[in-house]
Amino acid sequence: MNDLENFFGNRFGISGETQERLLSTALARGGEYADLYFEYRIKDTFAMEESILKNSSTSVTMGVGVRVLCGEKTGYAYADGFDEEDMSRAARAAGAIALAGGAASPPLRAAARPPDHDLYPVARPLAELELAPKIRLLEEADRAARRYDTRVAEVRAVLANETKRILFRSSEGDPVFDSQPLTVFQVSCIASDGKQLQVGIKGGGGRVGLDFFDSRSPSYFAREAARRAVLLLQAEEVPAGPMPVVLGPGWPGILLHEAIGHGLEADFNRKGLSAFSGRIGEKVASALCTVVDDGTLPYRRGSLNFDDEGNPTERTVLIEKGTLRGYMHDGLSAKLMHAVPTGNGRRESYAFAPLPRMTNTFMLAGRDTGEEILRSVSRGLYAVSFGGGQVDITSGKFVFTASEAYLIEGGRVTAPVKGATLIGNGPDILTRVSMVGSELELDEGVGTCGKAGQNVPVGVGMPMIRVDEITVGGTRSQAQ
Amino acid sequence: MNTADREALARKVLELALGAGASAVEVIIREGSDFSASVRLQKLENLQQANYRRLGLRVFDGKRAAVSATSDFSTSSAGKLVSDALEMARAAGEDPWAGLPPPESYAPKIPDVQVCFPAASELPVEDKIGLASRCERAAFEADPRITNSEGAEFSDKLVHTLYCNSLGICSAYSKTTVSLSVTPLAESDGFKQRDYWLTTRLDLSRMEPPEQVGIEAAHRTLRRLGARKIKTCEVPIVLEPLAAAAVLKNISEAVSGTAIVRKASFLMGKLGARVASRLVTIRDDALLDGGPGSRPFDAEGIPSQSTVIVREGVLESYLLDSYSGRKLGFRSTGNSNREPNGSPSVGPANFFLEGGSISPGEIIASVKRGLVVTELIGFGADIVSGNYSQGASGIWIENGQPAFPVEEVTIAGNLMDMMLGIEAVGDDLLALGEVFAPTVLIGKMIVSGS
Repeated sequence: MNDLENFFGNRFGISGETQERLLSTALARGGEYADLYFEYRIKDTFAMEESILKNSSTSVTMGVGVRVLCGEKTGYAYADGFDEEDMSRAARAAGAIALAGGAASPPLRAAARPPDHDLYPVARPLAELELAPKIRLLEEADRAARRYDTRVAEVRAVLANETKRILFRSSEGDPVFDSQPLTVFQVSCIASDGKQLQVGIKGGGGRVGLDFFDSRSPSYFAREAARRAVLLLQAEEVPAGPMPVVLGPGWPGILLHEAIGHGLEADFNRKGLSAFSGRIGEKVASALCTVVDDGTLPYRRGSLNFDDEGNPTERTVLIEKGTLRGYMHDGLSAKLMHAVPTGNGRRESYAFAPLPRMTNTFMLAGRDTGEEILRSVSRGLYAVSFGGGQVDITSGKFVFTASEAYLIEGGRVTAPVKGATLIGNGPDILTRVSMVGSELELDEGVGTCGKAGQNVPVGVGMPMIRVDEITVGGTRSQAQ
Repeated sequence: MNTADREALARKVLELALGAGASAVEVIIREGSDFSASVRLQKLENLQQANYRRLGLRVFDGKRAAVSATSDFSTSSAGKLVSDALEMARAAGEDPWAGLPPPESYAPKIPDVQVCFPAASELPVEDKIGLASRCERAAFEADPRITNSEGAEFSDKLVHTLYCNSLGICSAYSKTTVSLSVTPLAESDGFKQRDYWLTTRLDLSRMEPPEQVGIEAAHRTLRRLGARKIKTCEVPIVLEPLAAAAVLKNISEAVSGTAIVRKASFLMGKLGARVASRLVTIRDDALLDGGPGSRPFDAEGIPSQSTVIVREGVLESYLLDSYSGRKLGFRSTGNSNREPNGSPSVGPANFFLEGGSISPGEIIASVKRGLVVTELIGFGADIVSGNYSQGASGIWIENGQPAFPVEEVTIAGNLMDMMLGIEAVGDDLLALGEVFAPTVLIGKMIVSGS
């Protein structure tokens, strides 16, 4: 940990005195609380297309974000690089918020305890590794995808790695350091049968090192992407309208992220903007549903030792046996709502102020077997994997689009169908969950969540579940 | 830094890279300042201010290429930037189409397009807060059912861009943008709705009055109150300009040279073919007066132009940068987009569907039973297969008249069929982003509901 603690000091001369000077500059005009977020991020990305390593890029970004709070008001400024004058100017700009007036309130609560977890002890993060082994991953994927089927026309494999070192210091507490590795590997295949093109995508990763690929080989991702693309060549049109839907385990947990997760981020609730505002203690799901947000899972994409305002991450119960239990807080929402921070204050980089954000969001396992769940449906949809989703947190309406789905007919999984969008209402979708599988799966580590123009890595997970009715946005009218 | 400093830095990095053995090099530098002020419930909520900078480098070792970027402008960092990029380029594969644009790309004079207006950055902070505040107040005063707000935000930015390459090209420009937006909430019968409106311009003096933005946002929010699902049906679809722009965004991705060379577009191999109804003419015009995406040259320094993409329904050109152009056998259309942090790829400048001669009111009046789509959400547009299925909200039309608001439905079809099925194009083209469109009528689509 010592190397890390000294990183910003040794390399850029950012001493304890520098931090204190910046904090006092930031507070000079009367702000109540200030924090500094120093970040040094190295990143590399490699893309192989047509079996040629075509796009390689590397970047180093560094800077400091300065935040000043004054009641409900936030002043934020950042500087690229660690030039004294630039950092001081940012501190003054953030501090100007205090001049705009407003009621005083107590400062943010500082991190309650030191971290007791080191969730990603990766000795050699991929962003700091030599090129050869990284390029070999892409070559293996490229070969495996092309070998899978003659209808695979194009293969694109991408490996993106970063290591983000941070130093967080607030006017209320001691400095906090972290080094956050992140890797994502993704293969996309285009299949063609001469009449149509279809795409299949599969990826995975996390806060992991090269050994991640021992259990999840590049060939595995490649074959899955190729299988999906080829499968879609034979897929049928999707029936349109409401029907029972079985969601497969793992990545379909994006349902939880969109349908209820965003609506439980405390900033929206503090302001009364969410369809879930003021509903703590109410029944919002069937008794089979317990949903948590857990930033403490080792090596996971959505995990953090600390959130981006120095609070240790936690496991937060959002829904317990169907009852709404809590929101996800950052420091500001916790202060203003008189709650305890839950370690959900996150930001994309030093260029942004933190917001309440999800980490890894998933539903706990139930009692049913997958076979029982599928057998219970006489006519419906079985959605195995999804692309992206989106929610309107105010009306509660959410959508997400299947990238691999099948019809269920007479309790059996039959024909594959083309990408269908499922649409529903967040506050009532989970009340229709009638079966929950006995095996929880987490996603493979590709999720990125966007909010207020900021992207952060997240995880999702779910056992297989049955939802009695979801509207499926298909292209084929059903017999009325 | 001023332009001369940026040019000196770029030339130094070029020299370093050429000295280290690169066969060709380009450097792009962006420096800028961003400001935003947000007001919620008539109180200041956030003030943000930033000065940022990035230097992006692309090096070639013959037919091998790599890019690197940094926010650190020190001399020691420049050396590392160059050595990292060269190491990566040498590890890359030989790509027969890799290289700087051909010298003749730079023959046209860089066009004179005005994209920099100083007024916004000179406006006092209190006045900017005042604009956001007036905008939100107008939304609240529009109707007592507006009970809450996500806030109103005023933002402005000034960006300086400099491009230099080893062919001797070196050009620079500065650009301003100002925006004002508000998102009010309305509530009735325990159900909440929100919508938004905005104005965005290069020139502060051409911004819509804040009250007008607030009133429009309130109107858009109020008309959603009482929204319900409808039965699954197949009906004509009227896309309002923002919804039509969302579909056009998918089209801009499908005609991008980056997608075409990857065989990842349903429009691959369709040049010269009918891909839309005769009413459809789509243009990308980087020189549009006051256009949000206007600029004198692209991220490869290539002078900007106006390109007809679809003329009266026939696909006439793809959007191209030098790489995709070379691979497909065409000249670049000046559509290289590059954030200095990433790799260059193709993107639109001002990509729009040309307005027609009929008003949105007349379009709605022509529909017996159908759906006006006011918002599309989700990621259900697949530009590889053309499959399309998106979440929608809007207004039901009965006998040519708006009847009631609709939500929690999807519209589905295929992007090609949707383009071919356009039966009317409105006269209400409005540039609220780099991709924009007027109201359009699509003959029929499946609406999935209850």
